[in-house]
Amino acid sequence: MGLVRWFHQLASPPYVYRLAGQLAPWFAVTAGLLLLTGAYGGLVLAPEDYLQGDGFRIIYVHVPSAYLSMLAYMIMATSAAVGFVWRIKMAHGLAVSAAPLGASFTLLALVTGGIWGKPMWGTYWQWADARLMSELLLLFLFAGYMVLRASFDDREKADRVSAILAVVGVINIPIIHYSVEWWSTLHQGPTIAKLDQPSITMDMLTPLLVMILGFTIFFAWLLCKRLQGEILSRESHARWVEQLLEGTTR
Amino acid sequence: MSEFLQMGGYAAYVWSAYGITLIVLGANIWAAFRNHAKMLARAQRENRLERSGRQPMVKQIT
Repeated sequence: MGLVRWFHQLASPPYVYRLAGQLAPWFAVTAGLLLLTGAYGGLVLAPEDYLQGDGFRIIYVHVPSAYLSMLAYMIMATSAAVGFVWRIKMAHGLAVSAAPLGASFTLLALVTGGIWGKPMWGTYWQWADARLMSELLLLFLFAGYMVLRASFDDREKADRVSAILAVVGVINIPIIHYSVEWWSTLHQGPTIAKLDQPSITMDMLTPLLVMILGFTIFFAWLLCKRLQGEILSRESHARWVEQLLEGTTR
Repeated sequence: MSEFLQMGGYAAYVWSAYGITLIVLGANIWAAFRNHAKMLARAQRENRLERSGRQPMVKQIT
């Protein structure tokens, strides 16, 4: 019973607004600590790679941003789908909040990948590489979602139509993941997400896992802030917002 | 220290990747907080208009 009640509360704007406000500072501190620790581990403690020397240290920013780009997309698409099916505004609000964050981490994955590619592959970019193309498509999906929303004056219509785009785009996620196995071109194969042992030593792997967790919690922090902004913009005429404003301004 | 900064000859690549990451993280923080502040200000403006008895100029902005 308690769980059902909690799910109902998750559809209530004032409850979600307060919850996001309470969680945000904890996420901020945790993310900060993890990112500092992970960066120290990756730049200083991890041994250099036998093949790539110190150049491999780009992995500690490239892999977390690439992973987060996909996670952000799944969160966006899932909450858009929930909003579409059950007509929950808060779910659409969460999807809207995830989009700019996801887009920025997709761009970061592409840029850091290019910087890593130059010394190792001899090129920043390769049009024929399936991993690079599917990640670029992910950027276009995020951008398309935001542009499509902006083209509607009616927010409810924007919610419904953009949700369809977000859900259809999910097809791209397994394509990104398996692209290095299905079409092995330039991008290297998987390092961690394999069924057998990961092909990386522990002292290299640990900072990477710390960075991945740090990026994820950083994302959770800003997702809270963006969701708060999104709720205010959707609810600016509601009685509880009026009360909230009176509480903060006087 | 200087050996650390040189990154075994990969300094330009490693430090630019980390630098851009820092910029993207910082820009995300700035944008999210600015967005929240903007929405608070807008809600405040609309509330004042409603209380003063007039209709808000913009009913709903997507």
